Amino acid sequence: MSYIDELRQKALKAKEKRALLGSDVDLSRFESAPVKGPEEERGGIETLSEEERKKLIMTGIDPDEKARGGTYFQKDTSVIHCGVRQEGVEILSLKEALKEDWIYDYYWKLVPIDTDKYTAAAELELHDGYVIRALPGKRCMFPVQACLYISKDGLQQNVHNIIIAEEGSELHIITGCSTSPHARRGLHVGVSEFFIKKGAKLTFTMIHNWADDMYTRPRSVAVVEEGGLFLSNYVSLKPVKSIQMYPTTHLQGEDAVARFYSIIVGTPGSEYDMGSRIYLKVKGCRAEIVSRVISNGANIIARGHLIGEVEGVKGHLECRGLLLNGGIIHAIPELEGHADGVELSHEAAVGKIAQEEITYLMSRGLSEDEAISTIVRGFLSVDMPGIPEPLKAEIDRAIEESDKDVM
Amino acid sequence: MLVVEDLKVKVGDKIVLDHIDLEIRPGETHVLFGPNGSGKTSLLMTIMGYPQYEVIEGRIRFKDVDITHLPIHERARLGIGMSYQRPPAIHGLKTRQLVRLCAKGEVDEESLAEEVKFKDFLDRDVNVGFSGGEIKRSELLQLLAQDPDLMMFDEPESGVDLENIALVGNTIAEMLQKNGRFRGDKTKMQMRMERTKMGLIITHTGHILDYVSADKGQVLYNGRLSCTTNPREILRCIAESGYGECVRCLT
Repeated sequence: MSYIDELRQKALKAKEKRALLGSDVDLSRFESAPVKGPEEERGGIETLSEEERKKLIMTGIDPDEKARGGTYFQKDTSVIHCGVRQEGVEILSLKEALKEDWIYDYYWKLVPIDTDKYTAAAELELHDGYVIRALPGKRCMFPVQACLYISKDGLQQNVHNIIIAEEGSELHIITGCSTSPHARRGLHVGVSEFFIKKGAKLTFTMIHNWADDMYTRPRSVAVVEEGGLFLSNYVSLKPVKSIQMYPTTHLQGEDAVARFYSIIVGTPGSEYDMGSRIYLKVKGCRAEIVSRVISNGANIIARGHLIGEVEGVKGHLECRGLLLNGGIIHAIPELEGHADGVELSHEAAVGKIAQEEITYLMSRGLSEDEAISTIVRGFLSVDMPGIPEPLKAEIDRAIEESDKDVM
Repeated sequence: MLVVEDLKVKVGDKIVLDHIDLEIRPGETHVLFGPNGSGKTSLLMTIMGYPQYEVIEGRIRFKDVDITHLPIHERARLGIGMSYQRPPAIHGLKTRQLVRLCAKGEVDEESLAEEVKFKDFLDRDVNVGFSGGEIKRSELLQLLAQDPDLMMFDEPESGVDLENIALVGNTIAEMLQKNGRFRGDKTKMQMRMERTKMGLIITHTGHILDYVSADKGQVLYNGRLSCTTNPREILRCIAESGYGECVRCLT
């Protein structure tokens, strides 16, 4: 049986398989047939309305592609823009890439296809996705942007992405996932596989900006080779129905490093089950997971899991939750040491804003509301070491844009 | 002018201040002595407006406004400021940002920070991991930016090393317009008359008096204030016979 047939067989078997975590999504409620729109809908980014552009900017996507190394833009089930603007990086749609042999060294090599019914759907009813690859030794300083956009109400969008940072390369990706102002209900299934090769550096910043009745089930796995660095930032500040994800990273070369930062603000009716899991498999590996979670009435489970398999590895997990306006924050940090000489630690705190901090700022002349929003903004501003300044500014801007509504 | 009249304050069920009278005129600096737990910090917190300090009798007036029940930030905006002994840490808020918030507008935070040798801390989170002396300098920097008319200092010398005590002391003197260098065009007397800033300083040790010339002193003991007299005299009295005797003698 060929590799592809084998994949299909496995996917078929997992078609009804529930996910281990998160509420079960009834796939029959969504339409996954490819969307065929009028010709102008295929006309590229420039056909987006002002309202749509604004929403994209909030997810870190620049529709004008200024200071961007390239763009992949998928609307509903098809690609409307895919282009490179800097040397050393390749951007392909997955469907194009699947016509070539080399992609099968990567395709479904990290995420088990039979993880659950969502991964199965990503194979059986694949729409598209992006393949972004930094060539060996190339430092691609301008971030590549990828946008997965849903404009059709009731759509199930199935996406599969492959990101490859070849040996000694440096790659920055901003990916924004969003819906058009007219789409309220939908399901986004996103499989992502990350390959960070020897000495490569990848920063991956994902900003979610969904709608109140959107379900999201990302499935991501990364491998980091010797001396490689994987920096992942996740930001979700807008209402969503339900997100469940537990991206996993395998540090499998000496001195490989992974750092995960996430910032989540949950509004009433939203349900999050989020976390990061990092395996430290070789001496010298280091990992850090930092999350800042605010509940304005959402139900949030904040997970984290560090697994030290050999001695001489070091990891730290930090989860801070702030209950601003009801809801539940459930922090579940897990540490697992499998050898003497692993060094793993965690700190978790869930609570409300300390009254003492509010009054302190009020005694400097800030009103109570000003004091609270100043503290909240501080809480959300996580130092993300290793992020290039422009990208940091981009994340800050996205937070600032969004937190006007949060407060 | 700050006028505290026959003030009685409780925290929970406990009376922490009773029959407190205090008057600070523009240009005057008062020093408050007293043992631990005598109510010194309570008095400052009550004047600042912390809600857990409940005024059950008497009133507080500032600049002819009855502020007894005003919220904290309105008192701050009227011109009352405070340097805390143990302020809270605020994660993610940079000292630089807080200095700007204190100034309510344009401010050259670099040169203000230079005055208290605190430039290296501008981009650190407020009070996160600061030592005792660093906290004091951070508090002074915020007050410099805020520039209130009444400044209250809660033990400004505690936890400050010898090297920095002069810096802290001289900065406070400067802020309270006590350091007016002699300029030919005005007599010392004129300069004193033109002072407007009011100060209220809590001190344990009295070291701050080596740098700031206070006008009046009082002892607070078991929630009660002694009469007002010369701060140096009080300090000598405390050193010789202890707080209790000192209050008995002075009241």
